[in-house]
Amino acid sequence: MPAARSVVSHMSESTRLLSQLSVGDSARILRVNGDAEVRGRLLEMGLTTGVTVKLVRAAPLGDPLELMVRGYRLSVRRGEAAVVEIEGA
Amino acid sequence: MSAGTLPAPSTRERRRIAVAGNPNSGKTTVFNALTGLRHKVGNYAGVTVEKREGVLAGHESLLLDLPGTYSLSARSPDEEVARDVLLGRLPGEGRPDAVLIVVDGSNLERNLYFAAQVLDFGVPAVVCCNMMDVARRRGLTIDCDKLSEELGVPVIAAVANRREGIEALRTALREGRFVRPPGRVWRLNDTVEAALGRIAEAMSGCGAIPEHAVRGAAVLWTVDYLSGGQTGRSSAERFLGRIPADAAAVLRREADAIAAATPEMGAAVVEARYAWIADVIKRCVQAERTASSDTLSDQIDRIVTHKLIGPIIFAAVMMLLFLSIFSWAEPLMGLIEAGQIWLAEQVWLRMPEGALRSLLAKGVIGGVGSVLVFFPQICILFLALGILEDSGYMARAAFLMDKLMSRVGLHGKSFIPLLSSYACAIPGIMATRTIQDRRDRLATILVAPLMSCSARLPVYVIVIAAVFGEHTWLKAGVLFGLYIVGTLVALGMALLFKKTLLAGPPSTFIMELPPYHLPRLWPILRGMWDRSKLFLTRAGTTIFAVCVVVWALSYYPRIAPDQLGPEAAARLAAVDPADADARSQIIESEQLRHSYIGSLGRAIEPVIRPMGFDWRLGIGILSSFLAREVFVGTMGITFSVGEVDESSVELRERLATATWPDGRLVLTPLSGVSLMVFYMLACQCVSTLAVTRRETGGWRWPAVMFGYMTVLACGASLLIYQVGGRLGWGV
Repeated sequence: MPAARSVVSHMSESTRLLSQLSVGDSARILRVNGDAEVRGRLLEMGLTTGVTVKLVRAAPLGDPLELMVRGYRLSVRRGEAAVVEIEGA
Repeated sequence: MSAGTLPAPSTRERRRIAVAGNPNSGKTTVFNALTGLRHKVGNYAGVTVEKREGVLAGHESLLLDLPGTYSLSARSPDEEVARDVLLGRLPGEGRPDAVLIVVDGSNLERNLYFAAQVLDFGVPAVVCCNMMDVARRRGLTIDCDKLSEELGVPVIAAVANRREGIEALRTALREGRFVRPPGRVWRLNDTVEAALGRIAEAMSGCGAIPEHAVRGAAVLWTVDYLSGGQTGRSSAERFLGRIPADAAAVLRREADAIAAATPEMGAAVVEARYAWIADVIKRCVQAERTASSDTLSDQIDRIVTHKLIGPIIFAAVMMLLFLSIFSWAEPLMGLIEAGQIWLAEQVWLRMPEGALRSLLAKGVIGGVGSVLVFFPQICILFLALGILEDSGYMARAAFLMDKLMSRVGLHGKSFIPLLSSYACAIPGIMATRTIQDRRDRLATILVAPLMSCSARLPVYVIVIAAVFGEHTWLKAGVLFGLYIVGTLVALGMALLFKKTLLAGPPSTFIMELPPYHLPRLWPILRGMWDRSKLFLTRAGTTIFAVCVVVWALSYYPRIAPDQLGPEAAARLAAVDPADADARSQIIESEQLRHSYIGSLGRAIEPVIRPMGFDWRLGIGILSSFLAREVFVGTMGITFSVGEVDESSVELRERLATATWPDGRLVLTPLSGVSLMVFYMLACQCVSTLAVTRRETGGWRWPAVMFGYMTVLACGASLLIYQVGGRLGWGV
């Protein structure tokens, strides 16, 4: 996904992405990258810096993902989750 | 204006109240409860965003249900409409005097984000904090008085689906207890705030935005301009084009200054707003830690989106949807057809012979009938879609299918519209409204008519019976193959469109998965009726008009009995002079041959002959542009069989034995397949084109649809007949 590729260059080795989170795990959001369209939408849906997000499950075919954020369920594709940097448990 | 009541509306003008809120916030339930389900449904001018308007029961206020959105940024047509209505900037829509903001109490953070954006516009407001019962079950105690204090506008608690709080809300609305919100409390850094102040000043100076809304509008415009992506940016540019050049220059200059000071303006605004909301919630909401976060919805989801059980349930639900459309609608469709035939017969028997009788019996009644006959199917489909949507399963269906659909460039939400199109492309196309992304939606609309709809079935059945008479398995295989090939072509074309005409950045699947709830009967029935009525009034009128035109083309010019061609005269001489039916069938068939449409059929014969069709099939194809099932009836007249349906043995035999002038059979297995493939691929449906025009707001996309499908159909038939003929298959 082009949106994901464009940000890989300025991320360090240790950066973890929301798309790499395991099912059932939670993490804090560090930063949302991606093109303006995707980024703006993710931010407005509540994926802002410091918010805790949990990966509830993946769809049967592995994509999209179901997240729990700010007390509600949000579905995003893996490609969209790949523009979100996360930290911690 | 300080806290208090609004000025009483003048006697002539009703007070206009906009109802705003997130999707799934219960906004529509609140709207229905307040208007008592008495409302009009239409479209906002120039866009396919649904508009609902109703009168507050027992009062003269007019309620306007805004599209449910998560934001007022201009990323989708829904959001832009919501924003423009609030700003009184949408042509044909008056500026609302007040706004009722509905928020979901069990999901307050994200709902307040949108509420805060609306409040920034400074329109006098009341907030309805809905779904208090769900919030309580989740262990959340919301202090509405405190919330009211924080937001600066009245907050009324409600459980709209049980009508709790509706009376209080109605009283508040009736008495005009709206309060002008105080303006945003959260702040960005001083440089940005100063620049935003100058933008607001320039906006108010040129009068493009109402005075009370400029501060909110300044923030939204700046975010669109600097971080809005393609759609946001172009919306911001459009605004600049509408205001005087000097004001536009100020806006550009200040926005550039902001970009220099805060490179990530978009993120900064969202984060500041959410940070403020988090503070507000800390002061107004108490969360009980012991409450279980494992709700019933979660438990259902564990099954419904399970890796193995999920797809099985999905297949079962889709099968049920499919069966209901075909089997439940069948008796009603039969009834409508029988009624239509009866009525036409009555007209035929009671009226004197002539053009008027023919117009009424064949043009008008036939035209109305061909619209009505789809009505049961469309109603049932909209009912099923309403249940899926209202229960929350629709979002899960999209969640399950997204991976598959995105392989061909479509969206998870494309699946159900395409499935619906096996019944009829019209409700399928109307159901694409839930797809936010414009390109995904257009791709879905364009390929929907390739799914073999129920109107093609009679054509398939009669042609298969005529050419593969004895072979039961072969017949079933061919029929199944037509459905499969149609579907594969649709998916292939979707991919092609997404790579060419509709190329662009990948679309997103950022979608809320709302909690499940029991579907509510009346709102669903009401929704079904509204959408079905839209089909009747809009598509219906177009179909009707075309039916009358096609009638005229097949009725005129008239021939006198003594002008019969030698061949028809010979046939006429051969039948028993007492057999009036046989005589009139021959005359009618000859009349059709001489009509404009008959001449047209013969004129196109050189073109369609390489596909294996003679002029008689040509007439069938031409008249099918009304609706495909007309083919069977037209063939009945062409071959002088009289009243027929697809199970008519006589018509099947006439079709199977029809010959070219040189004695070769017209309908061989090869030309039969060629004919069915033509019907599978051609866009022979005025209704589909009419609905596409309506849903896409112009003739461009229906033209594309008609063009590509015609090219596909002619190309495929030509290929099949020519290559098959050379190889000696089924000739």
